[in-house]
Amino acid sequence: MLQTLGHRTLGAVAELGDFALFTSRSFSAAVGAPRLGRRIVRAVYEQGVRCLPVVLIVGAFTGLVLGLQGYYVLARFGSEGLLGTLVSLTLTRELAPVLAALMVVGQAGSAIAAEIGIQRNSEQIDALETMGVDPRRYLVSPRLLVAVVVYPMHAAFFTLIGLVGGYLSGSVLLSLEGGIYWSSVMRAVGPEDVRECFIKAVVFGIVTMAICCHNGFNAHRRPGLTGARAVSASTTRAVVLSSIAVLATDYLITSALV
Amino acid sequence: MSDQVNTPGRTGACAEALLVARGLRKAFSGKTVLDGADLVVPRGALVCVLGKSGTGKSVLLKCVAGVLRPDAGEICFDGRTLPAGEGPERAAFRRRCSYLFQSNALFDSLSTLENVMLPLEQTTTMRRREITERARAVLRVLELDEFRERFPSQLSGGMQKRLALARALVTRPELVLFDEPTAGLDPLRRNAVFSMITRYQVELGFTAVVVTHDLEEALVAADRVALLDEGCMRFAGTPAEFRASADASVRAFRDSVEDLRADVAANRAHQPSRRAPHEPLEILPK
Repeated sequence: MLQTLGHRTLGAVAELGDFALFTSRSFSAAVGAPRLGRRIVRAVYEQGVRCLPVVLIVGAFTGLVLGLQGYYVLARFGSEGLLGTLVSLTLTRELAPVLAALMVVGQAGSAIAAEIGIQRNSEQIDALETMGVDPRRYLVSPRLLVAVVVYPMHAAFFTLIGLVGGYLSGSVLLSLEGGIYWSSVMRAVGPEDVRECFIKAVVFGIVTMAICCHNGFNAHRRPGLTGARAVSASTTRAVVLSSIAVLATDYLITSALV
Repeated sequence: MSDQVNTPGRTGACAEALLVARGLRKAFSGKTVLDGADLVVPRGALVCVLGKSGTGKSVLLKCVAGVLRPDAGEICFDGRTLPAGEGPERAAFRRRCSYLFQSNALFDSLSTLENVMLPLEQTTTMRRREITERARAVLRVLELDEFRERFPSQLSGGMQKRLALARALVTRPELVLFDEPTAGLDPLRRNAVFSMITRYQVELGFTAVVVTHDLEEALVAADRVALLDEGCMRFAGTPAEFRASADASVRAFRDSVEDLRADVAANRAHQPSRRAPHEPLEILPK
């Protein structure tokens, strides 16, 4: 049992080291990469445009629920006027970066892990190497660079639509004055809250995209699995690890910034 | 063996041949696949590497191409020893060498033209217009230009093979490594692929290494043949030398049809009462 534990610990440490090297090399490979533009446009489409509807839908419903729950809880203390503060701070500091990242992982991250896994499986990555093309530079770097920009944008859109959702449930469906709601929002959110939101979104973007790309890239290394099963296992693993990583890094960043 | 591979004391072969691999060893999970394999590829030649399935032919080619890293051994290209890991020497080798995968390894999300343009786009500073022109020129030579907007999945098997060849040739490599280019093809298509390789080798002037187990086609098309068996190179020489060789491995591979004929005749001779073709098998329910 001790031996198994030791093996697994060593394996986990080795994979963590491999992941760190993979991520840093993918970032450094972007420097001077030729014709990165088209790859970046494609990455913006797959992480940004295609994920935006899901992010907006989830953001709207999150705001609606927050407005509803918050209104009744605050009404117990006669503090309905603080609904805007509650919704805006909850969204900006926590829910927007976390939920937007989870949505992008589910929509784009899983697709990217599967795509790279299939490319590994069908020797397309080997083909890139034999052509003298760094596969990390071609497949991973543009996606990491785009994640740095797109995740904060998703978080921003999520916050905005969530605030509108909170307004709809608090002011349109219930009886809170709209002016009170929006003025408490404006008073509550400061630059440090927006900064925290963007820091979290950037970190989530880098970590989750690197995890998804790394799992797809190493689909052939899944012990005991080959072919389509290795790709499906890598995709599942990418989504699960990314989701855990989002929540774990969220805790670490929050404790560092609070 | 007819060819002498380079030994540490002799640098002549390394300098004269375009590619020399010596003492390549590779094992997977303790199972040795290459056990000191040597290969000499003269400049401008078409060398066919023969061998049974699972003898390590593709592994040998992948070690040469740098897709796999050999556990031991040395690879010389154009008189220079390639380092085991990545580096400028390996990058320079990759610019001068192309690899044609058995599965073609085409990018299924890119069109035919984009597949051919890809290596030039990513490894050169050529303008896009020049890249397009050169890619279309290669596609015209391989009679694929009219299909340039199609995706690989919309092409036939033979066209995909030609597309893979176009992608391999667009960088004007000095050495092209073909990994079982005729695997799974019928005899007519096998002939067509070998004909295509020899034709473009003459037209474009590259050196070719073809891994195959199609004996007859290899002996017709190749300038030199090598036989890999149990991880070692058992023979290297001209097709005529291969036909005349008395080596046991060569004979076993070369005379496999004769052996099959003898086996079939022996099996039938030992069967006391042969079932007529229309008679049902006894194990089947009546």
